[in-house]
Amino acid sequence: MSSRTLIGALVGAAALAFSAGGADAQQKLKVGFIYVGPVGDHGWSYQHDVGRKAIEKAFGDNVETTYVESVPEADSERAIEQLARTGHGLIFTTSFGFMEPTLKVAKKYPNIKFEHATGFKRAPNLSTYAAKFHEGRYVIGQIAGKMTKSGTIGYVGAFPIPEVVAGINSYFLGAQSVNPGVKLKVVWANSWYDPAKEADAGKALLDQGVDVLAQHTDSPAPLQAAEARGKFGFGQASDMERFAPKAQLTAIVDNWSDYYVARTKAVLDGTWKSEDLWGGFDKGMVVMSPFKNMPDDVKKLAEETEAAIKAGTLNPFKCPIVKQDGTTVECKGNGALSDEQVLGMNFYVKGIDDKLPQ
Amino acid sequence: MRIELSPRASVSPIWRAIAPVLAFVTAFLIAGFVIWLMGRSPIAAFQVYVSQPLSDPWALQEILVKATPLALIAIGLSYCFRANLWNIGAEGQYVIGAVVGSWIALKTHGTDAGAWVLPAMLAAGILGGALYGLIPAFLKTRFGVNEILTSLMLVYIAQLVLDYLVRGPWRDPKGFNFPQSVTFDPAATLPPIFDAGRVHYGAVFAAVAVLVTAVVLGRTLFGYRLRLTGDAPRAARFAGFSAKTTTLAVFAISGGLAGLAGISEVAGQIGQLQPSISPGYGFTAITVAYLGRLNPIGILVAALVVSLTFIGGESAQIMLKLPLDLTQAFQGILLLCVLAADALVSNRVRIVSRGGVR
Repeated sequence: MSSRTLIGALVGAAALAFSAGGADAQQKLKVGFIYVGPVGDHGWSYQHDVGRKAIEKAFGDNVETTYVESVPEADSERAIEQLARTGHGLIFTTSFGFMEPTLKVAKKYPNIKFEHATGFKRAPNLSTYAAKFHEGRYVIGQIAGKMTKSGTIGYVGAFPIPEVVAGINSYFLGAQSVNPGVKLKVVWANSWYDPAKEADAGKALLDQGVDVLAQHTDSPAPLQAAEARGKFGFGQASDMERFAPKAQLTAIVDNWSDYYVARTKAVLDGTWKSEDLWGGFDKGMVVMSPFKNMPDDVKKLAEETEAAIKAGTLNPFKCPIVKQDGTTVECKGNGALSDEQVLGMNFYVKGIDDKLPQ
Repeated sequence: MRIELSPRASVSPIWRAIAPVLAFVTAFLIAGFVIWLMGRSPIAAFQVYVSQPLSDPWALQEILVKATPLALIAIGLSYCFRANLWNIGAEGQYVIGAVVGSWIALKTHGTDAGAWVLPAMLAAGILGGALYGLIPAFLKTRFGVNEILTSLMLVYIAQLVLDYLVRGPWRDPKGFNFPQSVTFDPAATLPPIFDAGRVHYGAVFAAVAVLVTAVVLGRTLFGYRLRLTGDAPRAARFAGFSAKTTTLAVFAISGGLAGLAGISEVAGQIGQLQPSISPGYGFTAITVAYLGRLNPIGILVAALVVSLTFIGGESAQIMLKLPLDLTQAFQGILLLCVLAADALVSNRVRIVSRGGVR
């Protein structure tokens, strides 16, 4: 092949590759996702990706979805803007740390719809959404309180931000409601996704006599540590039973699929509006996976608690809530803490055997 | 049978110049083969990865944005590496520079402090990074402590200091307790060079650093002294050059430039302090320094190439749905090819049969 025909072939092939990409971009809605971890984390990002696939399944050829994974927060503005520039009409950014970059890009591209998970800054074309994971934490707290033999339960936290702190408090309040003498130990992994660190944190807790372990990080590593020691644990964000069939009592499953499908439909219908959704059991955004490896009475208790929270008759943060220092928190909600108080929570409730890093 | 590398007596300058080009071609051939094995078009991949970013003003600008901190840090590191001193802690010096500089931004926040704020922040950033870089240098000159270990360990300390500050004393009181500082005032923000662009004046600092370094290393006694200390320490001692002063000087320069990169990123790009302000620039810069063969112009080119691979990799994820792992593997292949080409140019390869005289 002469060099001229080679160049001709290359140019032709490239042109072909591009026209194929450009032709149907006009009709289709392109939906983009930015993930903080790898889709293979089997937890947080994985579960958002399940939601992405649900969009593809629901709308078939009318949509095209894209994701960019493991995006560092300090470097995310460019990745978000790259989605905005490549014809995406709806962009989900799925970690708290993407808040400012998402806001900046949203201001620059007023015709594109943005959705930011777990943040609090909105704009006419930027919605926020999050789930009341702490409702699930209360249920697993009760299970932990019932299942512990040593009387000490453990928690691996990612970062001491309000969402995680509220989860720890809810877990402990649940445990305390069925086991007043229960003790809780906390270890911080300082990462959302670092299986080695998460496993070490889990092992450190097990070494301190913890026999039921919960985690608010993204991988199944702490649960696997519990499985290896013959102790109990919970799945986080996703059903992790296949990683720990004997240890997983249940999992708090983040169900983004319905929300993602609904928001995509809203864009297709032209009814999308900027809003803030904080849904729990009631909206189906938080779901418990089947209760296993526990006696029937514990299972029954967990199911009843789940139903009560769903019905609104039980609030994990019902007043009075007492802080570690013994002061009672002002009750700004209706017989319970207000949403703002939960979303900005930066104190431990009384009885937690740890000091909140601040 | 074994393979032996022996240094060539003389190296042809033509080969020296061609080697990196050949390395690039080889890396693209290997990566193209892998992409072809995955059933994708290598030509389209090359388009998205290289040609497209280079022909799109927006992407070119993003390449500059990303290359800025890499070039600044790598230029600083080249002083250390030329003198055979191993500063692995640029990431920490970057963070401390950002912290010290931001201190001024936060102290003057909400006041009518004038135009002095930004220059003061930059000066404080340089000073903070330099002083932090001097710690391992001092430990080495005074107590003979290995600088590789101390500079690396100081990275973790710097990151935890930043973490403590944004969760504690410097936390935005209106930020729902999330770990981040207030957003800097306009007076404390490094402006973009072009209106509505993202390239900030850090790029100018990087260009100045490259030019000054080219002059210093090539034309001054200090530059000669560095090279001599690195290549022939004994000769340097006979010439009366103190290894101690050299060590302190190069660590201060290197730390100062990393600190400048840190405060430029925070003031020019991120606009506030948050727990993570670098996607590992301080470590990537080590690669950049060596890809550029410790030559200032080479480092500038290497910084641009490395940031091209980041941005091209992101495009490949978005446009071609290629996995992140592949784009990261490509960066590794590229580095290996460049180093291998270098080794082959300056060494002769001989295959020695077994039983040969040793």
